[in-house]
Amino acid sequence: MTATSNRGCREKQYSDRNAMLKAIESSGITKTFGNNKVLNDISFSVNEAEIFGFIGPDGAGKTTLFRIITTLLLPDEGKITIFGTDSLKGFRELRRKIGYMPGRFSLYQDLTVEENLNFYATVFGTTISENYDLISDIYSHIEPFRKRLAGQLSGGMKQKLALSCALIHKPGLLVLDEPTTGVDAVSRSEFWDMLKNLRKHNITILVSTPYMDEAMRCDRIALIQNGSLLSVDSPQKIKEGFGKRLYRIMAPDKYRLLISLRKCESVATAFPFGDSVHITFRDDEYDKSLLNHLRSEGIENIAIEETAAGIEDRFLELMETKAGNATE
Amino acid sequence: MKEDVVISVRNLVKKFGNFTAVDNLDFEVYKGEIFGFLGANGAGKTTAIRILSGLSLPTSGDAIVSGFSAKNQPEKIKQVIGYMCQRFSLYEDLTVRENITLYGGIYKMSRKLIKERTSELLVRLNFEMYADTLISSLPLGLKQKLAFSVAVLHDPGIVFLDEPTGGVDPVTRRQFWEMIYETSSRGITVFVTTHYMDEAEYCDRISIMNEGRIVALDTPSELRKKYDASSVEEVFVKIARPDGRIHTA
Repeated sequence: MTATSNRGCREKQYSDRNAMLKAIESSGITKTFGNNKVLNDISFSVNEAEIFGFIGPDGAGKTTLFRIITTLLLPDEGKITIFGTDSLKGFRELRRKIGYMPGRFSLYQDLTVEENLNFYATVFGTTISENYDLISDIYSHIEPFRKRLAGQLSGGMKQKLALSCALIHKPGLLVLDEPTTGVDAVSRSEFWDMLKNLRKHNITILVSTPYMDEAMRCDRIALIQNGSLLSVDSPQKIKEGFGKRLYRIMAPDKYRLLISLRKCESVATAFPFGDSVHITFRDDEYDKSLLNHLRSEGIENIAIEETAAGIEDRFLELMETKAGNATE
Repeated sequence: MKEDVVISVRNLVKKFGNFTAVDNLDFEVYKGEIFGFLGANGAGKTTAIRILSGLSLPTSGDAIVSGFSAKNQPEKIKQVIGYMCQRFSLYEDLTVRENITLYGGIYKMSRKLIKERTSELLVRLNFEMYADTLISSLPLGLKQKLAFSVAVLHDPGIVFLDEPTGGVDPVTRRQFWEMIYETSSRGITVFVTTHYMDEAEYCDRISIMNEGRIVALDTPSELRKKYDASSVEEVFVKIARPDGRIHTA
């Protein structure tokens, strides 16, 4: 079985690792700006036609890594192969195969929607009509405004235009740097649906986001922090990697609850999570005296239940293990 | 539970030409509350907040913010509120101490009080070694914490936060929410706007705005119950139609 056969079975193929071609293979990528090591020994591989997400905060090194992958920046050390081609030697060839949507809107604001798209198609030696089927899903939303200047579009429309322009030359690899930052929840959800649809065209998608909740929309993710990878796996496996039993505890006065939990010796970690606090115990065993302790501190209406860890729980755990001392 | 009202919005309307950006808003925010103000792009959030913070005048109706009218006393409002947006809150080419002094001056605090608050703040944030460091060389997480502390330096009745924890790492994010909890426990109202529904989960109450109106307002848990959803994100998407419009419940 090859990755190019049988498009309908795409979903099934993700689990079948050995059968898969690698779209990207990166080993030991390191990059330093002045005294600042922004990428430290980054190694990972991306399978063909998967949605691979880099999840990490601002300043983690996501953009620098994407610039290296798109051959716009040279690494100090390390090697990246894209579709089997070395990114240093074959950068000219690779640029034809990569579509890149930078974090900042960088189309021509004083050209119309259609002019922008035409421009990018021409630069890559193609036409809008040649690859229209690839973008129709996305471009149809903004086509009614094709005579409008790009600078006068709303945020959501700019995003759709930028994605159309990044796709117009039918790239094998699409690199999207924080495409959903500043976009509302409904448009974000639509955007992820569009990405999912692109998989049927056999496009490998690399996407970055600082938002943990978007991790679940990817096939595999890499958690990145301070220029290092913390973990690479499917979102489900990453969640399952959480090492301890996790409890969520609620009380009307969250702040006092949190302070009291910190004072409790049996509690190992206590982090606010929305309307509750997530805690783990030192011996990984539920402390039966906890409720009494909290009541003695004057906290009432307490609810506690065991809960499954999410990506953010795991990220916190990995940050602690990695740093020993998690606070910066 | 009848609490002190610190923001009272009555029939608030803002029109730009024929376009109604804010359409008859009517709601209250209480003292010490963490209030989440949500809505899709273009729903009218920014326009509403500009009025509540004295930067824009209503076309009709009014909002009483910390006892001052948005219509008649916008300058007074500016003096009694704090504001922090995700970026550009602090001057990158000034030091930590200089930024604190600058904002203290803007809020007309006395030199003595600024001095007191500065040392107090540096100790509380464990920032003493950064006092004379340029903001540009601080890590993002520290900048955010400092920006928030500066926004409440003058003990405002209300602080407006725009996507306060967007883009920060999970540990810093939690430290930040603890600061917000601590602030609200001191009786300062925290008014949060955000696109990120997981941020909304931390709020005491949230409102969801669409086409200039508030279409939902309640505690996160009540909203989840009402819409049979497991998260606020799901609530938000559930009340949105496929065409991106939100319908009233």
